[in-house]
This record gives sequence, C-alpha cells and structure tokens, in this order.
Amino acid sequence: MGKKVAKEVSIAVAEAVAQCNVDVISAYPITPQTHIVEHLSELVANGELDAEFVPVESEHAALSVCIGAAATGARVFTSTASQGLLLMYENLFIASNYRLPIVMVIANRSISGPISIWNDHSDVMTTRDAGWIQLFAENGQEAVDLIYQAYRIAEKCLLPVAVNLDGFTLTHVVEPIEFIDDELLKKYLPPLKMKYKLDPRNPITIGAIGIPEIYTESKKAQDEALKASYPVILRAWREFARLTGRKYNPVETYYMEDAEVALLIMGSLAETAMNAVDYLREKGKRVGLLRFRLWRPFPQREFIKAIGKVKALGVVDRAVSHCSTGGPVGIEVRSALYQSNKRPRVVNFIAGLSGRDVTVEDFVEMFERTYQALKEKPKAAYEIYGVKE
Amino acid sequence: MRKELKRFKGFTLKNMPREEFFAPGHRACQGCGTVLPVRLALKALGPDTIAVSATGCIEIISSPFPYTSWRVPWIHVAFENSASVASGIEAALKVLKRKGRFPKRKKVNIVVFAGDGATFDIGLQFLSGALERGHNLIYICLDNEAYMNTGVQRSAATPYGAHTTTSPAGKVIKGQVTWKKNLPAIVAAHNIPYVATANPAFYLDLMNKVKKASLIEGPCYIHVFSVCPTGWGCKPEDVIKVAKLAVETRVFPLYEVIDGKYILNRKVDKPKPVEEYLKLQRRFRHLTPEQIEYIQKRVNEEYEKLVKLCECFPAS
Ligand SMILES: Cc1ncc(C[n+]2csc(CCOP(=O)(O)OP(=O)(O)O)c2C)c(N)n1
Ligand code: SF4
Ligand SMILES: [Mg+2]
Repeated sequence: MGKKVAKEVSIAVAEAVAQCNVDVISAYPITPQTHIVEHLSELVANGELDAEFVPVESEHAALSVCIGAAATGARVFTSTASQGLLLMYENLFIASNYRLPIVMVIANRSISGPISIWNDHSDVMTTRDAGWIQLFAENGQEAVDLIYQAYRIAEKCLLPVAVNLDGFTLTHVVEPIEFIDDELLKKYLPPLKMKYKLDPRNPITIGAIGIPEIYTESKKAQDEALKASYPVILRAWREFARLTGRKYNPVETYYMEDAEVALLIMGSLAETAMNAVDYLREKGKRVGLLRFRLWRPFPQREFIKAIGKVKALGVVDRAVSHCSTGGPVGIEVRSALYQSNKRPRVVNFIAGLSGRDVTVEDFVEMFERTYQALKEKPKAAYEIYGVKE
Repeated sequence: MRKELKRFKGFTLKNMPREEFFAPGHRACQGCGTVLPVRLALKALGPDTIAVSATGCIEIISSPFPYTSWRVPWIHVAFENSASVASGIEAALKVLKRKGRFPKRKKVNIVVFAGDGATFDIGLQFLSGALERGHNLIYICLDNEAYMNTGVQRSAATPYGAHTTTSPAGKVIKGQVTWKKNLPAIVAAHNIPYVATANPAFYLDLMNKVKKASLIEGPCYIHVFSVCPTGWGCKPEDVIKVAKLAVETRVFPLYEVIDGKYILNRKVDKPKPVEEYLKLQRRFRHLTPEQIEYIQKRVNEEYEKLVKLCECFPAS
C-alpha cells in the first residue's frame, strides 16, 4: 500500500482522474469546481497526462463534448457545480439513456437565486430523476476512491456516474490521502472497450427518435440497467476492499446496532454529526447515524436493514423542495419506509443551506427534536432549520 | 492555394460516386430540398464519415426507430449542441489514434448537419466555440429559413417579409420584419480555413465544396440553401427551380472564403428580378410592391458588398 500524502482534495481528485488514464476532459470553470479542472489541464499541458482537454464555452457544451467522445469509445471526465449543472440539464437525461459511461464530479453548491457560491445539495437534487448513478463522498480519501470506483462502475454498467463532493468544505480542504498504485489500478480498472460506438467500420445510429411505440420500452430498459447496476456497485466495492482494505457500503452506519433514535445525512457533514453522536452516547443516549453514500440507485434494502430498530429518524436534507412533502431525501425516505414494515417517526430538517454552519450543537438539537417526535408527532412535514427570526 | 487542396480533384458527372450513404425510405415531405444536400454531401464524403445531427427535420425524418437512413455512424443528441458533440468525437478520435486504439492512418470525416434554427439561433454559441477551438470538422447548415420541424416558426434566417407562423402576414405587420442574419460572415470572422455557400441545384459545386472541406485541416463551414416546399409554400416539383432562382436573382450568391480570401463562384451580372423568385412561394404572396422594391434594393446592395470583398481579398 502507498503512503499517505497531504493534498487539497480537489487536487487529489484530479490526480485520481489522471491515474485512470482518461482520454478526453471537457469542462467549464465554476466555483468551487475550478481547482479540479485547472489541475487536470495543467497535467495535460505538462505532458503528464495524455488526454485531450477541450476548453469549452459552457457547461452544456462540456457535457455535449463528453457525450460525443464517450460515444466514440473514449474515457471521459467532466466536473461542474450549481448553475453549471443546471445548464447541462437536458444532456444529463440523454447521456444516461444513451448508456454512456461518463464520470462527472459535482462540487456541490447551492443554486441561484439568490446567487451563492457556498455548499449545499440543491444542485444535485434537481437531477434525481436523470438516470445517473449518484455517489456522495464524506472525506478526501473517499473522494479519491470513489473516482477509481466510478470509472469501473460506469464502464461495467454503461451508465454515467456522478461523484458528489461538498463544495469548499470538502473540495478545498487539505487531507491525508492514500492513492492506489498504478499497477493495482490496472487490475481494478481494465481499459475501456465499448462494443457499440461511433466507428465507420461498423456504422450504428445513436439518438433515434422515440416514437410512442418504443419510448416506454426504452425507458423500461434504462430503468432495468440502473437497477442492475446495484450488484455491480457492491462487487466493485468488495473488490476494492480486497485490493486496498478500504471498505465501502451503500449506507454507512455509526452506532446503529442498538440505536433508538438516529439522524440520516449525506456528504461531509456526517463527520460533524458523528461528534454529536459521540457526545450523546457519552451521556447514555442510544443515538446513531446513517449516511447514504449511494443515492441512485436508491439502496432500499440496505437502508431498511440499516435503520435497525430506531423509533424515530431525523432526516437532514441539504436542499429545499418548495412546499412539497419534505426535503428531497425526506420524501424518498418516507416512501422507502412505506414499502417496508418499519414505521419509525420521521422528522425532516432542511439545514446547512448555502454553507450555513451546522455545528455539533445543531446536531444535538436535531437529535433532541427527533426524540420529542416520539412523544408528539411533528406538526409540519419538514422544517427549514435554523432560520433567524 | 492551401496545400491540402493541391490533391483536390473535383467531381464530374462521370466520376460521381454511385454509392449512397443516405438511404431511401426516409419520411421527408415530397420534394424536400433539405434532405437532398444531406444525400449529396454524404456521397462526396464516403463511408469513412461520422455524422452528427441537430434536432430538426432531418433528424426526425431519418431515424424512426427501428429504421435509419444513415449508412454511416450517426448521432443525434439535442437541438443546439451538435458542434460540441462533434468536437467531442474529434477529440476522442485524435487521442484514440495517438494511443493506438483507433487505426492511426484512417482519415475520418466528422460532419454536422444542423438546421438554420440550430445554427443561427439556439446553437450559435456552440458553433462559435467549436470554430474558435479549431476542431477538424465540417459543419453544414441546412438553411430552410425557419423552424420547419416545429411547424414553420421564424428564425434569424427567415428572410425579410416572409410569412411564418410566428412572423405572420397580418393586417399591420406583414411577415418577418428583420433582414436575414449574415451567418457565413459571422463564421468567416472566426478566421477558419474554409467557408462556403452551396445550393443543391448546383449539385456538383455542392459536392466539390464538401470534398474540399473534407481535405482541409480545421473547422470548415458550408451554408446550404435548402428549399422547404412545405414551409415555403412552393410546389414540390418547383424546388430546384426556386433554388436556381435564388442564385440567379442574387438572393443567395455562391461563394467561398478560403483562408480569408473570397471567391465568387458564380458572377450574376444580369440578375433576374427577385420578384420571379418570390412569386413561386406562398410565404411571400402578401408582399406589397414597396416591400418587393425594398427586397430588390437590399439584395443588390448585399451582392455588391460581396463583390467588393472578392475584389479586396481575392484568392490568388
Ligand atoms: C432546447 C430545445 N428547444 C426547442 C426545441 C424544439 N425544436 C425542435 S426542432 C426545432 C426547430 C428546428 O429548426 P431548424 O434548426 O431550422 O431545423 P429544420 O427543422 O427547419 O430543418 C425546435 C424549435 C428543442 N428540441 N430543444
Ligand atoms: S417540412 Fe420542409 S424541411 Fe422538413 S421534411 Fe418537409 S419539406 Fe423537408
Ligand atoms: Mg430550418
């Protein structure tokens, strides 16, 4: 195993992408994604990475370039955030329907308006239905590992993968990172060979019109493909653990074995939430924490298993779904529970919008409020937490 | 002369390739003058070609799954972004050749077919980006002067006075109120190696221009006059006649800009009156004599400007 080096997470992620020997990179600058693509263009300019860097005029074009390149059989990379992701929007759905193994890093940032460059999950949550595999990293090591894994998963499933990193709070921090060595990576990630691609030696048609007689079947086929990615993802993680000793699961748990009240969260805030769990455990409270690493395909079975016997679950959303039945995660969690026999009380907090600090004390407070829900049903389906009156 | 063009041998009726790469059986309207240039261009390019289409008539009529008219690899992604998709294909082939994952010596033409809406309006930024970055590709704009696929709405390519469903000939406002955007000029301002206008009524000229574009390294743009009998309200059997008249009246001059040097392919010293061209099309039937006079004057002015450019920046 390699040794740990201190790196800014964005730089480390770029180096992992370079290690994966990408062929075409196309991106457009947007805070807080910039360091990733700046570093990649530097690697290309210095001849350290043999790839084409296509410096496009917009994010829509960036994903369009990736679609064209991936359809031609190249390993591709792009990265964006916030407004950039929204500008890509129509292409997201096309990329997944065309079954293109694109890997994209989203440096999660809030969306306008009002304009804000800080972190939350409101950008990626608009893409829930886009048919991409969606992964969320908690720390720098995980960010790097998810890159290696994303290429393997994307190429085995022929589906695009988005790796979500919290903007600034994860992308811009320096952390000790252990890179997988190149020889090992070769074993883990074989060269990309696409059976169907744009090649004059075997002409195919991509992007035909979906008349009513076949549109439903096309969508069903796509749905099955995303469903089928689930065991492939688990296998990719098992194999990764065998090679590196680092274990990955769709749902991570912290003190869940005997928990009666738990919080559920995604992304890097989980580390703060863990401190709150430690604090409350010391006081004898049976609390635990859940974190979705895999968001699409939704890890239904693992989630239901992971909640164990909790009586109340506080779901911490990082995005608003205005006047619906919850935050994006809250809505899905309630729906997932309804398909199971478990019925914990669900409290839905929307917190940490636009980089607003969520402290250990805040999490302790959310735990307390979730405890209260055991006695009294929450009045509203969700609550925007920490609003200054 | 550009070094790549030293090898250029033009098509003649004798050596015109027999093979077709755009199959019959597509769903275009009778007499469609937008699909014809696609067939001719692919004939000129041959099988080692990857085609990209923007959303629009050509994409719709050529790909009703499970059928396809495309005998070369083809991709359609969205309405505005074909130039970027083609950029990605070009970048991919370049690096795959370099890394030995695609035959190094195999020359592949990358060609875009996009409508005027996809080019003048919603896709202009994408086109500009691809031209500026210098990708080795051929962009063919099939200019039928409106959004035909969605039911004949105006675009920036719609000529002055023309009736469309969003520039209707009303009681007060009589059709399109603006003059057509000069897209070849905008493209030429990107200083790309090759810009040309073409017209399927002059089919050998069109095929030769496509062939030249395939030989030249770097971005090439061909602007094709594409009659749409359905949207223009002309008879299917008059499509070629209308297309010829567009050149003979100076409405659509045929020219090339090679490395910034202008060549007028067809001098029209004794132009026919524009009215002859206009009267074959129902989209112009409401025009007042004053409007026709204005069109005539402006057409001549634009033509004179082009002649001046050819005199000032002649090809040697
Ligand atoms: C983003 C987006 N906006 C609008 C449309 C609807 N649309 C599809 S094709 C088209 C018009 C195409 O016009 P043009 O490019 O001139 O091609 P034509 O059909 O005339 O050949 C429009 C408006 C779309 N598909 N995507
Ligand atoms: S509407 Fe016009 S451009 Fe479209 S297929 Fe018919 S004739 Fe051709
Ligand atoms: Mg059109």
